[in-house]
Amino acid sequence: MKIIKPKATAAALEPDMTPMIDMTFQLIAFFMVLLNFGEAEQDARIRLPSSQLAKPPETALENALVVQLTGDNQVLFSGELMPIAGLDEKLRREARFITLSGEKPEDATVILRADAESKTGVVQEVIQKCQENGFENFALRAKQEDEES
Amino acid sequence: MKLRHTTSQAPDKVEIQMTPMIDIVFQLLIFFLFSFKIVTQEGDFNIRMPVAGPASSTSLQTDLPIKVRLTADDEGNLASIRMDDAVLPNFTALHEKVMSRVGTNAGPDAAENIEAELDCDYNLKYRNVIGAVTAISGYVTPDGRIVKLIQKIKLSPPKKPAA
Repeated sequence: MKIIKPKATAAALEPDMTPMIDMTFQLIAFFMVLLNFGEAEQDARIRLPSSQLAKPPETALENALVVQLTGDNQVLFSGELMPIAGLDEKLRREARFITLSGEKPEDATVILRADAESKTGVVQEVIQKCQENGFENFALRAKQEDEES
Repeated sequence: MKLRHTTSQAPDKVEIQMTPMIDIVFQLLIFFLFSFKIVTQEGDFNIRMPVAGPASSTSLQTDLPIKVRLTADDEGNLASIRMDDAVLPNFTALHEKVMSRVGTNAGPDAAENIEAELDCDYNLKYRNVIGAVTAISGYVTPDGRIVKLIQKIKLSPPKKPAA
């Protein structure tokens, strides 16, 4: 007995992909817009103290270098973890680089991202090391959050 | 001239291969999905701290220097707050004391030339410094506006505890 295959219609074989592609492009656009390369210096090891006055600056700081301090009082600079003693050489190199580029270290800003649990004395030591290398402007970074009363 | 009508069977619709495009789109989606991380907004407290030298120009312009002393217990938690020899229970009291010192009659901008120095114990946890800086440097009004108070804040040099 001969079985006759039913002819498949074109409509049954081709599902409508348009809504899925639309949705996927919308998702891509969403994640692309939210991807913030500027916050690359944020490190998960640092838990910043919170302050209700900490508002993001309206304009990006010029000549800024980021010094981070972990909760166990280690310095994180240019992705490298080091004790405070190791920071001196790095800062000297940065100051030299700024001078060579025609700027002054006094005009540069050191963004200090210190962990909420780090010792204040160590933060002061970091500031002192920066001062010894000619840096005068500091930005103590805090996360924007309502303080718990 | 006679136009010859072609009788060849041309397909009704040009089929576009969607598979490579969908592959790439999903790859992009996965890339952005994994690169995405929720970041909290961060803000700065700007302080200018030149190396202490003779005849500092900033100290000449300022009046009524405020000294705030923060002490720590053995674990680094805040033990006491002192301002002008007055012991204060918390940062709210410090803020009120600063407000009374700065004076609201002259307007918040009157505090611009006042300098404050934070003298903290070496072991004090840093979040207390930010708490003190917040109390000194301003406040948020109920409508969300930030009123600035003292902007010239500096930290005293570190004093290592005696071993």
